[in-house]
Amino acid sequence: MTALPMDSLPDPHLRPLPWRRMAWVTWRQHRLTLAGVAALFGAPALYLLVRGLQLHHAYAPITACQPAASNRCAAEAHQFSAAYAHGAIVTAGLLQVIPLLVGAFVGAPILAREFETGTFRYAWTQGFGRTRWTIAKLVPLALAVALTAAAFGALFSWYYQPIVDVGGDSDSSLLAATIFDVHPVAIAAWTLVAFAIGALAGVLIRRVIPALFATLAVWAALAFLTGAFLRPHYQAPVVTTAAATPRSALVINQWWTFDGKPASLDMLNRALRPVDVQALTLQDFQPGPATPPTVGDPVRYLIRHGYTQYTSYQPTSRFWTWQLIEGGWLLALSLAVIAITIRQVSRRAT
Amino acid sequence: MSIVEARGLGKRYGGTWALRDCTLAIPAGHVAALVGPNGAGKTTLLNLVVGLAGPSEGLVSVLGGRPAGSPAALDGIAFVAQDTPLYRSLTAADMLHMTRNLNRRFDDRFARTRLGELAIPLERSAGELSGGQRAQLALTLALARHPQLLVLDEPMAMLDPLARHDFMATVMTAVADDGVSVLLSSHVLAELERVADYLVLVSHGRIQVSGEVDDLLAEHCVLTGPAAESAAYAERLSVVHARRGEAQAQLLVRTNRGSHAVPAGWEKHRVSLEELTLAYLREPAAAALPGPRAAANAVRAMR
Repeated sequence: MTALPMDSLPDPHLRPLPWRRMAWVTWRQHRLTLAGVAALFGAPALYLLVRGLQLHHAYAPITACQPAASNRCAAEAHQFSAAYAHGAIVTAGLLQVIPLLVGAFVGAPILAREFETGTFRYAWTQGFGRTRWTIAKLVPLALAVALTAAAFGALFSWYYQPIVDVGGDSDSSLLAATIFDVHPVAIAAWTLVAFAIGALAGVLIRRVIPALFATLAVWAALAFLTGAFLRPHYQAPVVTTAAATPRSALVINQWWTFDGKPASLDMLNRALRPVDVQALTLQDFQPGPATPPTVGDPVRYLIRHGYTQYTSYQPTSRFWTWQLIEGGWLLALSLAVIAITIRQVSRRAT
Repeated sequence: MSIVEARGLGKRYGGTWALRDCTLAIPAGHVAALVGPNGAGKTTLLNLVVGLAGPSEGLVSVLGGRPAGSPAALDGIAFVAQDTPLYRSLTAADMLHMTRNLNRRFDDRFARTRLGELAIPLERSAGELSGGQRAQLALTLALARHPQLLVLDEPMAMLDPLARHDFMATVMTAVADDGVSVLLSSHVLAELERVADYLVLVSHGRIQVSGEVDDLLAEHCVLTGPAAESAAYAERLSVVHARRGEAQAQLLVRTNRGSHAVPAGWEKHRVSLEELTLAYLREPAAAALPGPRAAANAVRAMR
């Protein structure tokens, strides 16, 4: 439907206009947006910087504490953890919204606003051509937000390092869902995918506000599903019968066996009845009024009575591998979404 | 050379055909008026011509065979869309800069001179300009590209009479100076009658009339005579539209330049472009198109 053997053919010497012509256009039209991105990352970055300096300052005596194995040093480390870990976890939780805001306020309006105001009729009938126009807008902006996010993630890594070094629990683990994805590779990838989803929503929905909300919904669903279901399975978990798994590991599952066969909750309860402990789940135990104080940890009690506890977990040593895995598939997804967006622009118009 | 050529062109939105079975060839060097009621398919046709929309069926080419929307076509066509959309936050100077960057040719001196003449401040943002100023800015941006074809979609809908006059004066100056071909749409024929020398009439998604204004006027006439005889007389003619009063009847007929003797009691008048257009719009089944299809339609119209 495009080849037209009519009077004359297009001028073969007509080379496309150089890309640099679009640089000024993209900059002029999106400099305010870029300033917004700078503020969006800059304000929390300033907080991380100030708070990070405090954290590192407070952590210095703990690394210097001698002898490291002493009770005094352990107590100091514990104190540090109690003072700062919770705040850092909450901070990481709040930072989740940054990629989301980038997607909604940078990605979604790029094309949706053109449709909403009708300016696409101007922009796409200029000599530059709308496919290249779209590429020249999406690619630099995508790079800008992703690189800014990566730098921000690096700052967060530095800020969070003492919490990792002091050795927290699974809530402050590097693999904990909301801590993992503010680290450099992951946050850059999540910001990029949010931007790409926003751009696609803009070209499909063609109105800024609905596109913005669609971006919020799609990104949040993707991030939740990834953190809850996909990420823990990037690699096969380590299975151990050791009573103590590393405290900072991400525990995937725990179960019991007796005599080589899986033990049910009923069996655990029967085994624990003599000491009046109730097993609420396979991991949670509730001592009763008649529990003798000498019983100690119900887990150890069960192990003494022939039960074996299995724990499957992800060790934090896999952190960087996982960052690359997550960064990799999100980058592929982002490129696909951006490619679809560009295709949509070149195919559909009015 | 055909500045716009379409063969069997159609555009469907969802299940509805906005334009169908559109075949036309507008020669270069004309100011072509695309006229039709609201919703007739004018904007759809223009969007196809400038490449904003792709055809659902058929072919459309511009500037002598360049596929609509191709880089070569975009290069030679300037389009001013309905309501003249511009980036509201950008200043007139920014819009000039942007348009210069986005096109192979841009006559910056021409654009600045024109905006100066129109007293449009370069540092004012497009959102702060009046409707007339914005339309003039959009037109200036289009003309500064020195296009071969200027396409205007309802350019004057939002303008007051004075601004309309100024706008058309600018267009006609460009036609005289640059020899640019123009295709402009409107549902108000009166504002095009003075400027257009080619007429394309669209209604209900189909091309009804297409031709040079002078030819169309020469091929049609109005016959006035006794109402009682009109039915018998009309048998022998291709009547586009008949208006019968109690005593007098008025027939707008297509003569195809063939002259014939007017019976006693009947008078023959020249037709105005407005009368011609209104007659066709009142009779959607009638058509005046070049080629055999037009003849077939003319036969159908006679019955």
